[in-house]
Parts: sequence; structure tokens; C-alpha cells
Amino acid sequence: MVAERQGPVIVVRGGAVLQPTGFTRADVAIAGGEVRAVGQDVSVPRGATVIDAGGCLVGPGLVDLHTHLRQPGAEEVETIETGSRAAALGGYTALVAMPNTEPPVDSAGVAREIMELGRSALAEILVAGAITMGRSGERLAPMAELSRLGVRIFTDDGTGVQDAGVMRRALDYARGLGVVLAQHCEDRQLAAGGVMHEGAWSSRLGLPGVPAAAEETMLARDLALVRLTGSRMHFMHLSTEGSMELVRRAKAEGLPITAEVTPHHLTLTEEAVREYDPVFKVSPPLRRRRDVEALVAAARDKTVDAVATDHAPHAPEAKDLPFDQAPPGMLGLETALAVTCAALGDDVPKEQLFALMSQQPARIAGVGPARRAGGRRAGALPGPGRPVGSAQGGWVQAGAAANLCVFDPHATWVVDPGALASRSRNTPFAGWTLRGRVRHTILRGEPVVIDAQAQR
Amino acid sequence: MTAVGSETPFARATTVMAGDGQGSALVHARSAPALGIPLSTPSPRRHLISIADLGREGIAEVLHVAEAFAEVERRSIPKVPTLRGRVIATLFFEESTRTRLSFETAAKRLSADVLSLPVATSSVKKGESLRDTVETVEAMGVDALVLRHASAGAPCQVARWTSRAHVLNAGDGWHEHPTQALLDCFTVRQVLAERAGTDPDALGVSCFEGLRVAIVGDVRHSRVARSQVLAYAALGARIILAAPSSLLPPSLEGWPVEATTDLDAALEGADVVSVLRLQAERGSGGFVPSLREYTTNWGLTKRRLDRLGADAIITHPGPMVRGVEIASDVADLPNAVITRQVTNGVAVRMAVLFLLLGPVADGQAPR
Repeated sequence: MVAERQGPVIVVRGGAVLQPTGFTRADVAIAGGEVRAVGQDVSVPRGATVIDAGGCLVGPGLVDLHTHLRQPGAEEVETIETGSRAAALGGYTALVAMPNTEPPVDSAGVAREIMELGRSALAEILVAGAITMGRSGERLAPMAELSRLGVRIFTDDGTGVQDAGVMRRALDYARGLGVVLAQHCEDRQLAAGGVMHEGAWSSRLGLPGVPAAAEETMLARDLALVRLTGSRMHFMHLSTEGSMELVRRAKAEGLPITAEVTPHHLTLTEEAVREYDPVFKVSPPLRRRRDVEALVAAARDKTVDAVATDHAPHAPEAKDLPFDQAPPGMLGLETALAVTCAALGDDVPKEQLFALMSQQPARIAGVGPARRAGGRRAGALPGPGRPVGSAQGGWVQAGAAANLCVFDPHATWVVDPGALASRSRNTPFAGWTLRGRVRHTILRGEPVVIDAQAQR
Repeated sequence: MTAVGSETPFARATTVMAGDGQGSALVHARSAPALGIPLSTPSPRRHLISIADLGREGIAEVLHVAEAFAEVERRSIPKVPTLRGRVIATLFFEESTRTRLSFETAAKRLSADVLSLPVATSSVKKGESLRDTVETVEAMGVDALVLRHASAGAPCQVARWTSRAHVLNAGDGWHEHPTQALLDCFTVRQVLAERAGTDPDALGVSCFEGLRVAIVGDVRHSRVARSQVLAYAALGARIILAAPSSLLPPSLEGWPVEATTDLDAALEGADVVSVLRLQAERGSGGFVPSLREYTTNWGLTKRRLDRLGADAIITHPGPMVRGVEIASDVADLPNAVITRQVTNGVAVRMAVLFLLLGPVADGQAPR
């Protein structure tokens, strides 16, 4: 059972614990950053801390494939510290930090700075690199050098790589480096000037639109490039019915691709823009109801691999601009689990919720638990310098890293923008009553959130 | 929690027109549903941001009150003391000739004090935001803000940011230009009344029932067209849009209109032709191959007019580009009421200001 000499012991008691057989009522004993024991009768050593998980789901900590932490460059709207605190409150124990910082992550120096700042964060910070220098879509960034530092995901997020020739070279170059290229699919010419979904509401509101085809044409192009190069690709924040169909067909064909959707695209439609509140401006834009329904169906039938937040903090004054001038982006970390849980529907097993928000994202990010010998390689090996107990998205079982999310699926709460831990306030769910709340978050054995309160 | 949104945009606007009081697709939900109806009740603050704010009854009331002010304008001293002591600010963040002068003339004839923010020499040029500018102006005790802005929705946002001032939309991006549509309706009714040898007020708004209105040109980028569609539809007219498909909105879902690329077909039997300006930048933006091709196919020429009934009324919101969307000899025809629209703009804007700011409960213009 639990060895006394391995430092303080924590026992998470009374929850339903995610094991290979599904959620099972059990206690979890943690010490030394690892899960030491899971069972009905875990003994509680003297001096152990007991954390109540009655009525809760105890799963692996969530892994967000898509977070904008804004540091370096825009520390007034978010920092690695504040963003990771928001993440911890949302049940996340790992974040992929998008590279559209200032300067962008297109050099080892910037990657190292973020990794350094990430060491004291309330979640593991996984740095994503840019595909091209300055994210300008022209010259390749030093992906090999960055991969040696442990960077596993590359993307020019905020924009897609427009030039098909450049994208093809990037896919060729990335092959064999153990990394994945992730695309923000948006054809710049088709999207030109658009600030919301092009359709009935944009026509009525007099706002320039981004057609669904702007996303779908680049997705279709990239699928052809994956077929050409054999390289892995991940598609970020897909938003349309047509994209879901393209992904479904590509997977049936056996292409090595994965896809994510966001909680807001699973929930909100273009109609949210009706009063021109820039809080509802996001890229890709909120789409039609039929797109929302197609995304939910694709998340339910496993066409979609991951739900990622695209947490994008912006200052209040930036969101007070006229709609067409305001920057796109929404907060997501603190609301993602409850919003996604509701969007998927009560009949979807909670195991699938954790698959979409923890286990599969961990694998895509290359930080999943190492597979047993003889198993297929699970993404890449942990990068150099990643601490012990850093594997994410595993089953909650003895020997696993103690990265846990304890979720009460029945607790209700009202989203108060002023009470969020993020430095920004631009949540599209202000005033919503959400069902399901993260109660505790444990990072490498440290309870960073207890009873929905950040501990540091 | 379910996905938000099920209505089509125009379905929503139409329910507002029917007076369900739920707020429109475009207007801050807390504003009053109609300009006209609730005047006798203690009114919350209210704005004119979209024609959908008014509905049929509201439009009828504006036209009715505007007739009274048109009479005031014919007096030797065309001024009434109605809004004495009230302060109206015009904030034009986009260039304008007629709308700004028209609003300011209207305000002065109502004896309001008029502040005019010269954007080019204001703190806007120092980087002051729209919100801060508006809050600063409101803090000086301004009663109404007349706003023109290149961004669709700006008046809707400003209405959220102000605490007591009324907001009047003088044109926002491609969204709406409600007073333009109101003065178009006013002018059309005036002409119909003259022909019938009656008083316009006596016609009410029933004269618009079944009226055939062709809206011709760049509907896609036209705030005037969006307001016209709402206004004419609310009054029961039949609307046909005529334009190259690239200049129609990407979706007409829920719009109470027909659409065609065939201008001659649209003109056949039209009672009213609303010609929209082809914004020159649209030609070079690739929406049409060339101005020449546009003019050849969608320009209103004398030859095309032969297809119209002799008494079809031709309106244009200005500024006109003669020789592009409208031939010079057409613009100068007696049934082209373009100058008259400008004249009527003052009375209509007086009516709107009066209805929003005036100390009245019975909807009657004071003498």
C-alpha cells in the first residue's frame, strides 16, 4: 500500500474513479507525485490529507490543446500564472500554449522562456511552436531544434498556412521529428474582412461574413497534403458541418489526422451576435445551428478526437470596440468541462467526456502515458526535462502520474466574469447557470484547487 | 442548456413589427419595442437604431407627425420651441453631407441646442475610443446622440454604453439607415397623395399595401436597402431586389423580398424604384467586372424607363453617381423625387427627434 517514507500522502475519498473498466467507486491514495493505490479500502496513514470526492468523478487532469496564455507580449490580459490558475480551476493539468505570442515561438529562446515561466505554473505548460518564422507563412521555423527542447505541436494559429507549397514542405520536414502540425483552417482570400459567419445573420446585421467554405477549402487542401506526404496533422477548432464530413471521410480512409472542436462551437450559434457584442466575436466564427448539431454529433460518434478551449483572453477595452474592429476570441478554461458536458448530452458516458478532454488530447500533444512494450507508440516520448509524474491523460491507477480532475457533475453555478481567475473577462457564458463544476484539481500530487478554490 | 438560436433574422424582426415587445434582431433588447405606441406610458429610454424598432404603427406615427412639421417648414419662421433646452449632439465618424445637415437643421427648427463633434479635429484623432468619446459627450448632459459610424452595430453598442441619452442611428456600416427609409416612405406617400388629390395624412399607410417597390443596385453593402426592406415590408409593399448576384446579400433567408438579376423584369410594373449608389470601390473590389458592365446591365437609363409605368416614382438616397447607377436625364425627370427626398428629410427627422425627446403623450405635434 502506501509507503510512509514517500512524503505527504493525500487520499481522495469517495469518488467514482476512471479506470480502464470505466468509472468505479474507489479511493485514491497519492504520494510522491504519483497515484500509489486505488481501491475500496485504501488505508489512510496518520497525517494524510483526506480530500472528499463524494458524488464526484475522479478522472485524469484535463489537457487543453489550445490555450492562448499571452505571455510574453500581452501580460496585461493574461499571464502564464493567471492562465494556468484559470486552467486549474477548470480541471486542467496541462495546457498547450499557442505560439502567437509577441515575439512568437519561432526560436529556441522564446520557447525556453515560456518553459521556464511554466515551471511554477498551476498546470503543466506545453509549448507549441510556430510552423513558419513570425507566423507569416513563408519560411519554416526551426522545428528540429524546437523539437529537441520538447516542443511537440507546431501551428501558425490565428492564421492558417496559406501557401500550399509552404505547407507541403512543412509536412515533409516535420515527418520523422515526432511532432504534429496543427492547422487553423481559414483561407485568407475567402475570409477577407469577415467578422462573423457568412449567412442569414451576417446578411441581416450588415456585417461582412466568413463563409464555411473558408475553413473547408483549407481543410480539404490539407487532407490532400496529408495523403501526399504521409505526415500527421491535427485540425484545430473546426466549426462547420462540412468540416465534420471531411474529417469523417479522411478517417475512414485511414489518414493520420486528428480533429478538435471548442465548447463554444458546440453550444452557441451566429445568432449570439445579434446585438453586436464583440464578446461573441471569435475565429472561426460561431456558425449555424445545423453546424452546432453536426459538431455535437461528431463529438458523440468519435469523429472528433478532442474538445479544446481556444481560451483567448482580451482586455475589456479591446472588446468595447465596434464589432468589426474588436479582436476575435473568448475565454474558455474555467467553463469548458461543464459546457461540454451539457453540449454532449446526459446520455453520453462520462468516460467519453474525459476521453475528449484529457486522454485523447494528451496523446495528440505527445504527453500521454507511455504504452506498454509492444504497444503502438503513443505520440512522442516525454521531452527532455519533463519532470517525473508528468504523464497526462492516463487511467487513474497505481503508478500513474497524480494529475487529477475531480468533477462534480451535479453542482450548479453561475458564471460571473468578475469572479474568473483569468486576467480577462471575455467569457461568452456570463450569467449562464452551468451544471457541473470542478471541485478539486491535483497537479503532480499537489492539490492546486480544493473545493473550487485555487490554493495558490 | 441548449444551443442558442432558432429564428431567422427577419422572422425575428417581423415579430417585433407585430408588436410582441421582445426587441429586434438588431436593437438592444431593453429598448422599447416601438417608437409610436408606448408614448403615453412612462417611457423607458429608447432609441431609433433599426426600422424594426418602429413596426408599422411606429412608421405610421412618424409619417403623421412629419406632416405636421412639413407644415411648420412652410411658415415664414419655420421654428417651434418644442425641444428648447434639450441638447442634441451629432457624432459623425464617417463623412456625410445631407444626413448631418438634415439632422442639425431638424434639431434647430425644434429649438434644441446642437453640438456637432468634428471628428477630424477631436480627441478621436488622439486615439480616444468610441466608448470614451460617447461617455464624455453624454457626461455634458446631452439628451440625444445622432450617430453615424462605418461599423455596423455601433449605435446598438452605444445604446448599451449610455445611461440616459437617446441614440439615433444616422447610418451604421452596411446595417441600417432608418431615417433615410422613413423619408423615402414619406416622400412616396406625398407623391401618391398629390396624384390622388388628397392630403397625405388622409392616406394613412394603407397606400403602401401591395405597392410594387423595386430596390436596384448594391443591396449587399447598402444600409439604406436594409432599412427600406424593413419599412416597405412592414407597410405591406411587395419588394423586388434587382442586382447582380454578387451585390445581393450572401443570404436572403427570411427576407420578405423577391430577387432577380434582370433589371427590366424588376422594373416592369414597378410603382417605386429605389436606386442605390454603386460604391465605386465595389467595382474595383471585383464585385462587378467594370463600371461599364454594371451600367449597361443595371444602370437606370431612359430607355429602360419606358418599361416603367409612366408614373413610377424614382428615389435615390444620394449621393448620386450620375452615369453609373442612374442616367443624368433620368435623375432630372419630374417623377424622380431626389431633391424632394432631401427637403422631406428635415421634417421626418424633426418628427423622429420630437417623438423620442418631446414632452408629449398624445403624439400630436404642437402648434
